[in-house]
Amino acid sequence: MGEYKVKFEVFEGPLDLLLYLIKKEEVDIYQVNLTRLAGQFIEHIETLRLLDLEVAGEFLVMAATLMYIKSRELLPVDQQARAEEDDDGLDPRWELIRQLVEYKKFKDAAAQLQALEARQENVFPRAPGRAEFAAAPPPRCEASIFDLVSAVSAVLQRFGRRGEADDIFEDKWTVSEKLEHLLRAMAEQPRMKFSELFAGAASRSEVVATFLALLELIRLKRVAAFQDEPFGEIVICRVEQPGALLA
Amino acid sequence: MELKLILEAILFSAQKPLSLKEIRDVFAGAPEHAEGDERARRLKRVKEEEVRAALEELAREHEQAGRSFRLACVAGSWQFVTEPQYAPWLKALVGHKARPPRLSQPALETLAIIAYRQPVTRAEVEQVRGVAVDGVMQTLLERGLIEQAGRAEAAGRPMTYATTAGFLEYFGLPSLEELPAADELRRAPAPQPEGLATVDPGLATAPPEQLAAPAEGKEPEGEPSPGPG
Repeated sequence: MGEYKVKFEVFEGPLDLLLYLIKKEEVDIYQVNLTRLAGQFIEHIETLRLLDLEVAGEFLVMAATLMYIKSRELLPVDQQARAEEDDDGLDPRWELIRQLVEYKKFKDAAAQLQALEARQENVFPRAPGRAEFAAAPPPRCEASIFDLVSAVSAVLQRFGRRGEADDIFEDKWTVSEKLEHLLRAMAEQPRMKFSELFAGAASRSEVVATFLALLELIRLKRVAAFQDEPFGEIVICRVEQPGALLA
Repeated sequence: MELKLILEAILFSAQKPLSLKEIRDVFAGAPEHAEGDERARRLKRVKEEEVRAALEELAREHEQAGRSFRLACVAGSWQFVTEPQYAPWLKALVGHKARPPRLSQPALETLAIIAYRQPVTRAEVEQVRGVAVDGVMQTLLERGLIEQAGRAEAAGRPMTYATTAGFLEYFGLPSLEELPAADELRRAPAPQPEGLATVDPGLATAPPEQLAAPAEGKEPEGEPSPGPG
């Protein structure tokens, strides 16, 4: 699997991931249990590394920060009180929450801007210019990288504990082969549920190869991943390209 | 009021949005076509403030009348536009408007930070988002939604950025004052102790001096520390 290094640009950062995890837990930012959150965050990073995806430095820094926060909470209470503020006088828990709250405000503002953007598409002045573009496709919720990783994580769990032995012997699927396989499958069935992609997988490495192939196809814009309900089923759709050859 | 009706006639026929200055030019040029009509001469030097007030009133009237179109002010220029719910018919009539592809989430978030906090440096933006924003900033610059605004008074004199008139047009905003929840988002983040970096080393690169937020020199609010006594 080393021969095909999938480069998936993750524009989202550690704050996005934290907000995603908090939203999934359905708790208020101010009520969040940082220890638990730290655990989930680390788990997510681990899955990314297992999938051989590049994990940006910022994620590792955040992981370190979370571990630091978590470790302080393990101190006996009297020591904790004294360590409440670290060297530069900042409470790292407060710092993190503050950063999350502020970022969330801007995320909400971005959503409002998006609504304005959509509205402007439907507003017509007196002498509109000539139409140059084809109709915009109806907007659908694209699944984020976190959603995809969460979903494949669930699939991987079917294969039980990490068996190093499996990975060595069952190496018969390469990412390139899975790429072609996926393209052929999508040619016949342009819409598939995420889980269907892995229905026939016999090993962890096959799941990983399939997943990496999927990410590559998304990057190449041959397919797209949609998720109509938050944290719901993900659907993979073929992207129609004029004149493109499929498979 | 007569002025309102004249403005309505002008904007009804205009082929593009008109700024207050352009409208005043129209009034200045009208008397030579007036053939003795007193009104044109009287209004030749109408003041900008009067025009604005009349336009705002006209806009309110149209809105209250519940018409299918209204008078919109976008980036300081005025124009009649249809209401969004009539889009299906308008699209059938004129075809889809030439619009660039929609902005991605990271682009919108970055744009929101710049819009509310401008002028702002790249590092300050990264500090809020928690990731590097180079690619996104480039896209926003190319789309003409942001521009370089100057340099910050800080070590290295980093470039600051602001939104453009194109930004207002793209979102249909009359001005920056009309950004939703402006007060809350413009406000600097919760008070930080003076001279401290709010950013973890290794994340974005802003040293504290670059942060535009005025140092309020108070303790951060958080869980009360059960002090050792």
